Amino acid sequence: MPSAVQIASLFRKPLDFLNLVDEIPLGIIFLDQDLRVVHFNKAFEALSGTRPEKFHGVECCYLLRGAACVDNCPVMIMGSNKRSVSCKSDMITMERQKIPIRITTAPVLDSEGSISGYIETIQDIRTTEQLDGLKSTAFSFANIVGRSPQMEKIFQTLPLLAQTDTSILITGETGTGKDLVAEAIHQASEREAGPFVKINCGALPETLLESEIFGHEKGAFTGAVGSKPGRFRLAHNGTIFLTEIGDLPLSLQVKLLTFLDDRIIYPLGSTRGFNANVRIVAATNRNLEDMVKEGTFRKDLLFRLNVARIHLPPLREREGDIRLLLDHFFNYYRTKLGKSIRDFSKDSLSILLNYNYEGNIRELKNVVEYAVNVTSSSAIEPASLPSYIMESVKDTLLSASRQFHKHDMGNRHNAAEGSSSFPQKHAGGSGHSYAGSDDGLNDTAADSGLSPQTWPEIQRKMILDALIQAKGKKNDAAKILGWGRSTLWRKIKKYHIQA
Amino acid sequence: MNQAARIMFHKVAIPIKKDRIASRFDLAAEVAIIEFSEELKVKNKKIIVLPGSSPDDLSHLILSENINTLICGAIEEEYFQFLRWKKIVILDSVVGGWGEAFDRWQKAILRPGDILCERTVEGRTV
Repeated sequence: MPSAVQIASLFRKPLDFLNLVDEIPLGIIFLDQDLRVVHFNKAFEALSGTRPEKFHGVECCYLLRGAACVDNCPVMIMGSNKRSVSCKSDMITMERQKIPIRITTAPVLDSEGSISGYIETIQDIRTTEQLDGLKSTAFSFANIVGRSPQMEKIFQTLPLLAQTDTSILITGETGTGKDLVAEAIHQASEREAGPFVKINCGALPETLLESEIFGHEKGAFTGAVGSKPGRFRLAHNGTIFLTEIGDLPLSLQVKLLTFLDDRIIYPLGSTRGFNANVRIVAATNRNLEDMVKEGTFRKDLLFRLNVARIHLPPLREREGDIRLLLDHFFNYYRTKLGKSIRDFSKDSLSILLNYNYEGNIRELKNVVEYAVNVTSSSAIEPASLPSYIMESVKDTLLSASRQFHKHDMGNRHNAAEGSSSFPQKHAGGSGHSYAGSDDGLNDTAADSGLSPQTWPEIQRKMILDALIQAKGKKNDAAKILGWGRSTLWRKIKKYHIQA
Repeated sequence: MNQAARIMFHKVAIPIKKDRIASRFDLAAEVAIIEFSEELKVKNKKIIVLPGSSPDDLSHLILSENINTLICGAIEEEYFQFLRWKKIVILDSVVGGWGEAFDRWQKAILRPGDILCERTVEGRTV
């Protein structure tokens, strides 16, 4: 057993190596070239329940007692690569407890670059494994929320795809959660402990992007005063996420294609390749098939990236998810901002549920954040919603109202022709004639021919329209509006409508 | 109980991998079974190759073969307690060749956690 090992030349005075490794709260095992135990630190001692003296010189598989030692020894996977490898496994401790672990094995190289031995870090992942179990419950996977059939299908597919090592292409409109899905794939994969490196292919000019992605050697171009590893190298043993892949210039598409074929990257100005073990996840909101037809995206690159495709549906196609997401973000921001808001009011909820979220979840999230921030009462009222939403809802309602009137007037005209019993004031030529007599409504904006300006006015008009259509029958009017009879009655009272 | 009485009518099982005791009971795909005769001699020695590694199947085999002693590497508490409840003597966390482990067991000097293999670091015995 080594008793006193020192590290010289790092600090002014030599350091006590064994004490140094004992301070690290992660199990570390040092092995020789034949995978025999040289030493392990206090953290591994605590995890395994044995002492270094007992296993000194013994093959590591008898110390670690891991499933990976039997099935696929990390050192065997590494081969002559001299690069670290990481894998999930389990081990049985001396107390006969089976615990999930993550093993990361790296070679220990001497000054000439030859392998002298190996260093293994053993991470107890019991806590994260438990959290993983909780993560995929309650209408969500990782941080993705949804219970629509479309999302359920994705939740079922994602863990399966994550476990494979294939390239994945994520498509979907802006704000649908492509980044979140990419990260969730990485977190649920075997590469979880490795880095997750994101590159926005549309964010940098072509020349900078090449150096950013593939790296460069010192002196490769004017201003290259030092070497740069590049994102692919940084993502070694992890996942690289190429977002906005549709914006990748054609010249770099070729270089990426070469990498996907032989898995070796050549930094700018370097003749020495680097064998990068990375998984590629790409995303775009553009239609790559159309881009291929236009000649702006390489067909062969599309085929290589499109091994598995995940299409994220826009929010408008996700039945029932708007309410779920509203509640989700409402709770999140209410807690974050320490507000005592109880809920959405019925009016604001009705507006939010009927709004067409072109920016998808990102827009919905922003709307809720804004509303929670500006609300000072116990519920989020329509006045607390961003003004552009009110404008949009007004436009929608007005256009719907116009459509309704056109249709309604046509019907009434036909009815009037067929039956003389239809009240004269309802059969008038004007779209607003229903409010023009002694029913107490002649002071409305609708009556004056102006567009309604506020939500109560819009709602009042909707009630009146429905009542007219239902010929005064409240039950039928409630059905037309999609409300309960009591809701209609309450609103009639609220808006002083004499129905 | 003397050594002769201990060995009489005895059956020993050792989950193995080639000539070594398997490092994990639950992942062993072979098991050596040694049976003694009334004359205190090894009556039968056989190696059973399992269709796959399964701690449940291995436990079932141990029970169906009427094993009295199990010599193994790492074993989970659940299986350890179950087999002990079935009156099987377990010597676990044993490291080394299974032949040597068996010899030591015959001499009644094998203990749980014994490391019987050669210890070397960088080719030198330590």
